[in-house]
Amino acid sequence: MCGATEGGLSLDGVNVAKEAVIQGQVLRGGTDPVGNAYVRLLDRTGEFTAEVPTSATGHFRFFAGEGEWTLRTLAPKADPVDNVVVAAIGSVAEVTVTI
Amino acid sequence: MTRESSLVTAQWVEDNIDNADIVIVEVDEDTTAYDKGHIKNAIKLDWTTDLQDQVRRDFVSKSQFEALLSDRGVSNDHTVVLYGGNNNWFAAYAYWYFKLYGHQDVKLMDGGRKKWELDSRELTDELPTRDTTSYTATEQDLSIRAFRDDAVAAIGVQNLIDVRSPDEYAGRLLAPAHLPQEQSQRAGHVPTSLNVPWSKNCNDDGTFKSDDDLKALYAEVGIDDSLDTIALCRIGERSSLTWFVLKELLGHANVKNYDGSWTEYGSLVGVPIALGDEPGSPEGQTS
Repeated sequence: MCGATEGGLSLDGVNVAKEAVIQGQVLRGGTDPVGNAYVRLLDRTGEFTAEVPTSATGHFRFFAGEGEWTLRTLAPKADPVDNVVVAAIGSVAEVTVTI
Repeated sequence: MTRESSLVTAQWVEDNIDNADIVIVEVDEDTTAYDKGHIKNAIKLDWTTDLQDQVRRDFVSKSQFEALLSDRGVSNDHTVVLYGGNNNWFAAYAYWYFKLYGHQDVKLMDGGRKKWELDSRELTDELPTRDTTSYTATEQDLSIRAFRDDAVAAIGVQNLIDVRSPDEYAGRLLAPAHLPQEQSQRAGHVPTSLNVPWSKNCNDDGTFKSDDDLKALYAEVGIDDSLDTIALCRIGERSSLTWFVLKELLGHANVKNYDGSWTEYGSLVGVPIALGDEPGSPEGQTS
């Protein structure tokens, strides 16, 4: 998950045309990347689907399906934060999570 | 087994971090996680290289497992305490694996690496040094391991618990959503299997729910206590966690983990498959 370029995680090696990518960055106070957060992907019913730890630069990525998803972010010394996101095959949904 | 004999808290691990009678072992899906920082004195097992044969799709042999643990300084008398990322998926897999080869005293750290990190407990990049041992394993305990024929034979007869996410179970996703969805096999689930996502066993911080909550969960989905149970997922790690809950925490008598899981079953020729959110009838569906 490292090697991120400014403005988003590098998509080198990802076949975006076949995937519904949700990715982004977790920031504390809107500016500082959080490298030890956990981002959960919940489906439309609120059920857990996947979870990833953030990279050193605070980035995360999921390969979801079409539709609406919720990102729930857990981090030390912070309350959980939920962000709703819509994913579609062939596109990349970029989300900035602020804790 | 009970919660007290098979599970320890992060605080217990911190209190016992220098105890020479225990060996702390980290096992992660992301095999580089340990290298970025780990619990003091913890050793690493790489599930892709240490625990899998590198030619055939199978576990390492008894003698390979003995050589591995001897080399890493684990003895038969050690209390092995496992933890890892992904809410202990691969640590639970390693727990089941240690049990498969007969290690007596093995425990899981509740919540795994995530709980440790969310608690802001210390991680180190210092590598421990351990003296080698002469580890002796038993033959595999096949009372806890299911193979493909067991899964097929269990359709409509035993409890089949598919612990993947609802979208994987239904056939809408082929893999967990943190992995690319490129797979060759068919989507769906083993007919009559009940979908109890592994995550329902856990709190958000990765710790297990209470025994009462877990009992209620499996009662609610209609698991029949009088029948044997097979747990499965995609490659057998998430189902190890559910195996741990049913066998070690709740004390169900005959629970097997199907490590071939969906990547094997979904590639078999001619076996029945069900699509959608319902368990389906034993004969499955066709197009």
